[in-house]
Amino acid sequence: MSILSMSKTLFKSMLHGPYTVLYPIKKKENYERTRGKVENDISNCIFCGICEKRCPTGAIKVEKARSAWSIERLKCIQCSYCTEVCPKKCLSMGNQYTSPSFDKVRDEYVNARVPDHTENN
Amino acid sequence: MGQQTIKMIASNELLAETLRLKNDGYRLVAISCSSKGGMELSYSFDKDYNLITLRFPTDNIEKIESISIIYPFSFLYENEIKELFGVKIKDISIDFNDTLYTIPVKTPFYEQKEEK
Amino acid sequence: MGKRTVIPFGPQHPVLPEPIHLDLVLEDETVIEAIPKIGYVHRGLEKLVDKKDFQQFPFVAERICGICSFMHGMGYCMSIESIMEVKIPERAEFLRVIWAELSRMHSHLLWMGLLADAFGFESLFMHSWRLREQILDIFEETTGGRVIFSVCEIGGVRKDISPDMLNKIVGILNSLEKEVKEIAEVFINDTTVKLRTKGVGVLSKQAASDLGAVGPMAKASGLDFDMRTQGYAAYEKLKFKPIIETAGDSYARTSVRIREVFQSIDLIKQAIALIPEGDIRVKVTGNPKGDYFTRIEQPRGEVVYYVKANGTKFLDRVRVRTPTFANIPALLETLKGCSLADVPILILTIDPCISCTER
Repeated sequence: MSILSMSKTLFKSMLHGPYTVLYPIKKKENYERTRGKVENDISNCIFCGICEKRCPTGAIKVEKARSAWSIERLKCIQCSYCTEVCPKKCLSMGNQYTSPSFDKVRDEYVNARVPDHTENN
Repeated sequence: MGQQTIKMIASNELLAETLRLKNDGYRLVAISCSSKGGMELSYSFDKDYNLITLRFPTDNIEKIESISIIYPFSFLYENEIKELFGVKIKDISIDFNDTLYTIPVKTPFYEQKEEK
Repeated sequence: MGKRTVIPFGPQHPVLPEPIHLDLVLEDETVIEAIPKIGYVHRGLEKLVDKKDFQQFPFVAERICGICSFMHGMGYCMSIESIMEVKIPERAEFLRVIWAELSRMHSHLLWMGLLADAFGFESLFMHSWRLREQILDIFEETTGGRVIFSVCEIGGVRKDISPDMLNKIVGILNSLEKEVKEIAEVFINDTTVKLRTKGVGVLSKQAASDLGAVGPMAKASGLDFDMRTQGYAAYEKLKFKPIIETAGDSYARTSVRIREVFQSIDLIKQAIALIPEGDIRVKVTGNPKGDYFTRIEQPRGEVVYYVKANGTKFLDRVRVRTPTFANIPALLETLKGCSLADVPILILTIDPCISCTER
């Protein structure tokens, strides 16, 4: 007949203190492999468009004529498939999450530098 | 893994073959259907980790007998196939009459026109 | 003959993790029969084969369910690898086994918490889920995600675990084993738990085999059926025996799942001791052609994957038959003759994962 079997666990948890973190006063650090959001090093990007073809949700759009690379943050599922197929390895997975927002956020990166040997018109 | 065999039969031999497998001690594993490139039904049975699949081609006009007289709880599989693919299975022990999933489109997995 | 009433149970109910509807026909508080209705979470995921090619489909397959998500991705990748006859490196097989057994542990700990909540024992529920958090932290540190890992792909796995991390996992599991033992003692020995689960919902061995029950539901009734003994994906190198009980009631099912947690801890330690060095992935080119049935053992039972490919990069058909779909007839049988207050406990003992069932 065992009725007070939980007492040992309850006593230990009284002495231990809270197991939870007091968010938002103290934040928990993300691990280095956490898949947060996709970041692009735009100066190395050649705008080949492979990431746009392989993305499972179609969140990435690449425009070669304008040298622009954009991603719709709320469609991205953080699978990091684009970071693996990129030939120049300019895409990487950062470990901070995108903050919540009310409408669709499209982040756009444009390479405004023009190489020295081309004409500018 | 145990062995897997696929056996092609004709659609009117279905009840005789399932009765033979039931008396042998096989249990029903799954009933699947695929519709691209011709509709076909596959009934899978298992005993001691060996999988036997009975397969036959069909279309959505021919009426097929339900095996719920032999395996009484196959009604869930057959109702799902009837609703999603439009195969005409008759005499199911509990027939939901297309209200199992209540999808607004009729038979979404089978296109009526000839396209991919 | 008493008066018969029909009471609707669900789809919203505090004890159910996912929506399912049952119409219970009662006669003076004893259930005579139950008529199920599912379809509240049907998303039509199998139709996405028209739009996503076979290399993008693992991401869809692992989002079928949140609790068993790794095994869905693994099963799909194993089917395609068998059709294309690709042999993946051994280190990748062992890594898949480690993640699969950790998935099994976290799923059973979640279930134990839900069962305790069903009979009102809330402090036990909170402690089971607190232990589960340590496993989710291991997942985040090794794969990058707590629930959806995106780590299985056709040809191997995408991330490696360093030897330091493997030793850290063994240390966490050793301390976790002691804490799970304390919680398990409450489930097995406490008088109030025994009063609610012993003798409730008995399923005999013959009935379990006729109805096609799988997983811990069948193992608790004496059926010796575990797909891991067939030796897919490095299980042939590990030593274990399936856990069988013969009583067939809810107490036996609880006991089977708790002992499976300890068995998984032992399997992970064996796999970490035997893991070889080497590559983790193999490059796969070309398109698959043919069809194949794969069966693996999820936490809830045996799952069947049927993949049919026709030589282009879009597949013909992917069909998933999940274990909860096969256990629903067993549920309807055990509900006959029980009293109304036992219905939530019985629904939870089949471990319903309705989003897997309806894809």
